[in-house]
Amino acid sequence: MTTALAPELEQALRVLPQRCRLCGTHHAPAPEAVCGECLGPLEPSYDPDRPLPDAAIIAARPANLWRYREWLPFEGEPTLSLDSGFTPLVESPALARRLGVARAWLKNDAVSHPSLSFKDRVVATAINAARALGLETVGCASTGNLANAVAAQAARAGLPAWIFIPHDLELGKVVGTAVYGPRLVRVRGSYDDVNRLCAQAADRYGWGLVNINLRGYYGEGSKTVAFEICEQLGWRSPTAVVAPMAGGSLVTKLEKGFAEFARAGLVSGPLPRLYGAQAAGCAPIVRLVESGGEQVEPVLPDTIARSIAIGNPADGGFAAKAIRGSGGWVAAVPDADIVAGIRLLAETTGIFTETAGGATVAGALTLAQGGRFRADDEVVLCITGNGLKTVEALQGALPESPVIAPRLRELEALHGRDL
Amino acid sequence: MAVTFSLPTVLARLADGQSTIEATGVTLGDVVAQIADRFPRLAPRLRDERGGPYPFVTFYLNDEDIRFRNGFDTPVTEGDEITVVAAIAGG
Repeated sequence: MTTALAPELEQALRVLPQRCRLCGTHHAPAPEAVCGECLGPLEPSYDPDRPLPDAAIIAARPANLWRYREWLPFEGEPTLSLDSGFTPLVESPALARRLGVARAWLKNDAVSHPSLSFKDRVVATAINAARALGLETVGCASTGNLANAVAAQAARAGLPAWIFIPHDLELGKVVGTAVYGPRLVRVRGSYDDVNRLCAQAADRYGWGLVNINLRGYYGEGSKTVAFEICEQLGWRSPTAVVAPMAGGSLVTKLEKGFAEFARAGLVSGPLPRLYGAQAAGCAPIVRLVESGGEQVEPVLPDTIARSIAIGNPADGGFAAKAIRGSGGWVAAVPDADIVAGIRLLAETTGIFTETAGGATVAGALTLAQGGRFRADDEVVLCITGNGLKTVEALQGALPESPVIAPRLRELEALHGRDL
Repeated sequence: MAVTFSLPTVLARLADGQSTIEATGVTLGDVVAQIADRFPRLAPRLRDERGGPYPFVTFYLNDEDIRFRNGFDTPVTEGDEITVVAAIAGG
């Protein structure tokens, strides 16, 4: 698929300045994610008086995430990764019945272009930020999906990439990165160890590490999940959204995205309640919400859900605040339930998701059993990655397929047995 | 105990541009206090008003997050490497 931007954007790309989320200090555009005054995180600062499009204008634009460009941190024309976003919103009556709600949908980023996870969105914004800031090398610290997305989009952009992952990631995540030809480095240790090394590397080498020093620009791409949900529901918000939580950024950007569309008058009514799911073996944000505290207590991850195994979630405090403020809640699910969640989604809805998606489905079921949903709820589950990346999780979980000779008699024997 | 204390650029600016500082102490808190005395502009970035670490600043003693040890009360040994990392991200 090839798409082009509408001709009204004909100027060189510039990134917006940033503002500290803690102390409010203004920062000129730069590959920096940390405030020099208080060490708080930076995020892009938008002109509140900028002209915004209405629903008809947005709907007439190409079907990619740049159709919401007025809410993305740029001025001018993006030149890279123009095809990401606008993934299907799939209704699932079977899942709605299981959850005891009026309607349920899956926001299916398992089929995201180009690398089959929602990380394509954040890399699309980050790689354009890297280009606008004149950075010649990009990279990331990753639990897998981000590695795939950076490797793919850097290859297409012709940018060298340094990608750092824990040494023992799933084979699909490793192959799905290495195939694009980046400098892929497997680090002995957990994701949190990888992240620390990358923070030092960004500082030392001046690379554009998308989730480190480009993090303010990168995170904004996640808002497009919320924008697309609203548009695909016919310019309205769902009543509840369930998302997996790793570093916690997605939940905070969902909150921001839904609020921005409401403020722009593109949707009306209450903002959705936000619910977060984590694996029980790595649930620091769940514990924070449940405890009512303000500060994340880091944990050492122990779960098959590697893509959300972040023991020291940088946005955990913000995520907990967003969830509590929306009236939502959290769920931590054991690994066996994650596998059951993967299978349930596949068997009821025809979507094969990875372990993070299994945690989301299992989390939604746990929340439903806990009475967190209403009978008239319209719930969207964020399916953030593709199941082919984590087939190891299903080893031994699926029935063994029989092997037969190419003879009808042997098939009849099987058929009769099934009867 | 003599240790090495490494700062990110954003903090090194407040330590006369030094990203690596030699310091001494029995605990990590001692080391931080000594560095805070030597670089008064850096001091409020390393410790909050109660003398503890900020949530957005992570201290590593060699390869270990000090929150898994005993925070600023964690003892240091000769040759230890302390690394300060600001606001790390999700992946």
